[in-house]
Amino acid sequence: MNSNGAVVTATDLSRRYGEGEAAVDALRGVSLSVGAGELVAVMGPSGSGKSTLMHLLAALDKPTGGTVTIAGEDVGKLSDRGVTLLRRKHIGFVFQFFNLLPMLSAEENVLLPLSIAGEKPDPEFFKGLMDRVGLADRADHRPSELSGGQQQRVAIARALVAQPTVVFADEPTGNLDSRTGAAILELLRASTTDLGQTMVMVTHDAQAASIADRVLFLADGAIARELPRSPAATILATMSEIS
Amino acid sequence: MIRAELRGLLGRKLRTILTAVAIILGVAMVSGTFVLTDSIDKAFNSIFTDSRQGSDAVITGKAATSTNNGSNAPTIPESVLAKVQSLPDVKAAEGNVGGDAHLIGSNGKAIVFGGAPNLGFSIPHGASRFNPLTLVEGDWPHGQEVVVDKKTAGKKHIAIGDTIGIQAQGPIVRLKVSGLVKFGNVGIGGATLAGFDLPTAQALFDKKGQLDEIDVAAKSGVSDQKLLAQLRSVIPPNSQARTAAQQAAEDAKDTNTFISFLRGFLLAFGGIALFVGSFVIANSLSITIAQRTREFATYRTMGATRRQVLRAIVVEALVIGTAASVTGLFIGLALAKGLFRLFDAVGFTLPNSGIIFATRTAIVSMIVGVIVTLVASLRPAVRATRVPPIAAVREGSTLPPSRFARFRTVGSAIVTAAGFAALLYGLFGKHLGTKGVLIWMGVGALLIFVGVSMLSVRFIRPLAWALGWPATRIGGTAGWLARDNARRNPQRTASTAAALMIGLALVTLVAMLAAGITASFRGAVNKIWTNADYAITAQNNFDPIPIAAANAVAKVPGVEAVANVRTGDARAFGKNFFATAVNPPGGSIFQLDWKEGSQAVFSRLGADGAFIDDGYAKKHNLRIGSPIDMTFSSGAHKVFFVRGIFNPPTGGSPFGTVTISQAAWDELNENPENLYSFVRMSGGDTPQNAAKLDQALKRYPDAKEATRQKFIDNQISGLNSILNIFYVLLALSVIVSLFGIVNTLVLTVFERTREIGMLRAIGMTRRQVRRMIRHESVITALIGGVLGIVLGIVLGGLLIARVDFIVFSLPVFSLIVFAIAAIFVGILAAIFPARRAARLNVLEALQYE
Repeated sequence: MNSNGAVVTATDLSRRYGEGEAAVDALRGVSLSVGAGELVAVMGPSGSGKSTLMHLLAALDKPTGGTVTIAGEDVGKLSDRGVTLLRRKHIGFVFQFFNLLPMLSAEENVLLPLSIAGEKPDPEFFKGLMDRVGLADRADHRPSELSGGQQQRVAIARALVAQPTVVFADEPTGNLDSRTGAAILELLRASTTDLGQTMVMVTHDAQAASIADRVLFLADGAIARELPRSPAATILATMSEIS
Repeated sequence: MIRAELRGLLGRKLRTILTAVAIILGVAMVSGTFVLTDSIDKAFNSIFTDSRQGSDAVITGKAATSTNNGSNAPTIPESVLAKVQSLPDVKAAEGNVGGDAHLIGSNGKAIVFGGAPNLGFSIPHGASRFNPLTLVEGDWPHGQEVVVDKKTAGKKHIAIGDTIGIQAQGPIVRLKVSGLVKFGNVGIGGATLAGFDLPTAQALFDKKGQLDEIDVAAKSGVSDQKLLAQLRSVIPPNSQARTAAQQAAEDAKDTNTFISFLRGFLLAFGGIALFVGSFVIANSLSITIAQRTREFATYRTMGATRRQVLRAIVVEALVIGTAASVTGLFIGLALAKGLFRLFDAVGFTLPNSGIIFATRTAIVSMIVGVIVTLVASLRPAVRATRVPPIAAVREGSTLPPSRFARFRTVGSAIVTAAGFAALLYGLFGKHLGTKGVLIWMGVGALLIFVGVSMLSVRFIRPLAWALGWPATRIGGTAGWLARDNARRNPQRTASTAAALMIGLALVTLVAMLAAGITASFRGAVNKIWTNADYAITAQNNFDPIPIAAANAVAKVPGVEAVANVRTGDARAFGKNFFATAVNPPGGSIFQLDWKEGSQAVFSRLGADGAFIDDGYAKKHNLRIGSPIDMTFSSGAHKVFFVRGIFNPPTGGSPFGTVTISQAAWDELNENPENLYSFVRMSGGDTPQNAAKLDQALKRYPDAKEATRQKFIDNQISGLNSILNIFYVLLALSVIVSLFGIVNTLVLTVFERTREIGMLRAIGMTRRQVRRMIRHESVITALIGGVLGIVLGIVLGGLLIARVDFIVFSLPVFSLIVFAIAAIFVGILAAIFPARRAARLNVLEALQYE
């Protein structure tokens, strides 16, 4: 595969759950690469292995075969501590259920990755980020005082604040209504377009996938199709074709 | 991240407070103990120092049998006083006598406040420099007069000019109250004071021409050394001269021993409460951490290291521990006051000169509280570090099992076995000092508790199934669900129950020992007391009584025989021991199990005969005819020859290690006193006979008669008071475990919000929800109760197997009460969590994420 400018690569990735007869192959030899500043969507029906793929790419889980490299580091060769430091520097997450800490304000939630790494925010970048996600006037609110869309904005700001090599977004609109979801997608797209943030998004929503530079379709644990940036209708059609 | 965790702590106020309570109570007990004992210590020290304030040196009799000068010290001839006064460097000297003097109330009974002393003493020269008392009203006593302390006078409505009865060594003497006094600014507890002029005091204490001590003041500029040297040249050999400070320290020796015992005793209970508290904390933290799995995983996805997660939780524990310790420290102050009252209530009024709050109290309480919390948090904290980042994206993630999970059963069995090994070594090991025994037993018990609580996880399912059976009958569906809930997380149920288990095991142990002591004592009395109808004892059942009382009884018509048991310290083979003397009628009143000799020994003791118990005979290899060179506290000594050897019954006997004849005893001891007298009367124990004895004892208010049954009950009543103190102190640990159950239930309800919402949605009433929680609580408490009671019986059995004078006896009634108490703890613990569960809004509960 082309690894020119690639920040995330997977080579012949496989993941098997269980042993013996009960073993299930969630992923069977997936290879891909994500270039710097690219927004890649991974699509597929339930059980296609798209979540597993993301877990492996984000070093949340270990593959039973194949390798993952992030920013040139072979994840499989890293110790637990090595992976932790990799996460600090190179990985950001956006979760379906936001995973904000309820006791912290929006601003504190956003700054959390930096404080964990023991770093100070660049005030200008931080201010620009809060403006960009539209939370400048809500910085002191607790998550419980924010709407779902606002919470996801906080989560996106949190994923971007350390300017990681790659942001993984796991069904970022899965827990939002379609209008709010559309706004969130706009924000994600803008992050890549304006800030050059590399992003991998796992979704089953064609609308979400339509903002991606490239859409990978997974079926039965393998890549079934790949599309360049396409409108939702095309993506939907491809989806129904493969499943 | 640490800030986030601390914020979270505030966000979970209720749970945090419930967790902290476990530590607060234990620390309060520790700090309360220090405050209490420091305060008593200071009060006693000021009493002893104040009473020696005007003296530079003090001359006292020197007891040959012990180093402290108790009431058994020999007296000093009054003639010594003149010699002392004529010494060149002595400015003034005053001779005094003292002893127990009961004030007799208007009802004819001795005025006694709990176990506090009734002090009588001479006041030879009114307000002399040696007199520590202040006259509040009236005049110092002269001739047939007495001064009493104002507090007692106030309580018992004694006024100047009244005539009151005083009983010291002889029968009651009636004296006029000439004045009221007080002792410095120190509360003297429940003690009563009675002061007389010297001749009156000497008559009352049967010390005519004798003095107990001579207080000496030196001319100015004379050194202590010089003064003492001069004094030593004129005092008799069985007396000693000390500086006032030395004497005050000597006076304080007994109380210091008592205070350090009390301190150790109470600290032990504080320690137990903290130990139980550590279980509660560990469990609460485990549950909250399990519930925050996703939170920790989220931290990890953001690049938090395991160490950071660990640190966050440890800091959290540190904050809880510190806050709880500070709170406990101050509650301890209040508790100290409460303990003063508790001791007061059980008849043990302590002196008080204000509450002392030492720096050491604060430091020790803080350190202990924080360390216990930290240690308890370690395991849950380590488990939290094992939360993988992937848990952040998974629904319903649970904590991964510990790396050592599969060694758990083996490990806990090893811990339990090690505990029993340590306990058994402590009990039966050879050449262990008292301290060694206590340490081994303590460590053993600790390990056993930890081991059994870990091991019990395996038995939770069957235990909950069996103990939950009644719940399914009473509670219907709610009962079924309660039983299943108690069984679904055995680890949690086990940890929650373990806290209660410890408290109940100790309560059971204490009850077992008490039952064993009672049973063996009853058995012993029934064996030895074969042919008497009444015992004559002091009102408090253990003080010595004047011989005159027994003599008065002997003159009562219908009395066939009176056997006296005299008692005091003696010394032989280089060791002090408890010796007794008996008169010949003993042979017809007591029945001893003779190994050598027979009942006839009682009347054949004569001037130089003795009978001894078998243990003493074996220890010193004594046979019939062996000599024992005995020294008495007066300093007199004499060789006695063994005439008999008996086997004392398990519950002990009224006789000491060595028993001689009453006649020989009275010759060798000053001021002999009876411990008991036993009386046989024609017609046996009848109301008429009892009335006759009461009439004869009227002039000896401190003495009373008791039938065999009453005698046993009286002796046991002291034990029951002690037992009650144990129960009250152990209740603290049970309360801690109660909070543990509350906490677990609150956390469980929180965790099952959605589930409870679902149950409500499909038609469960609020009442049924409450019932479900209550039954789960009761099942958990019962598991703790049953485990505790069984463990208590095992531990008690082991202890009793070791101790010679206690027989194994199951206090069935008490055990049933404990089991009911456990159920009650369960019901009590469930009240609040059940209400919370029932109040859940169904809609919100179902939407809850």
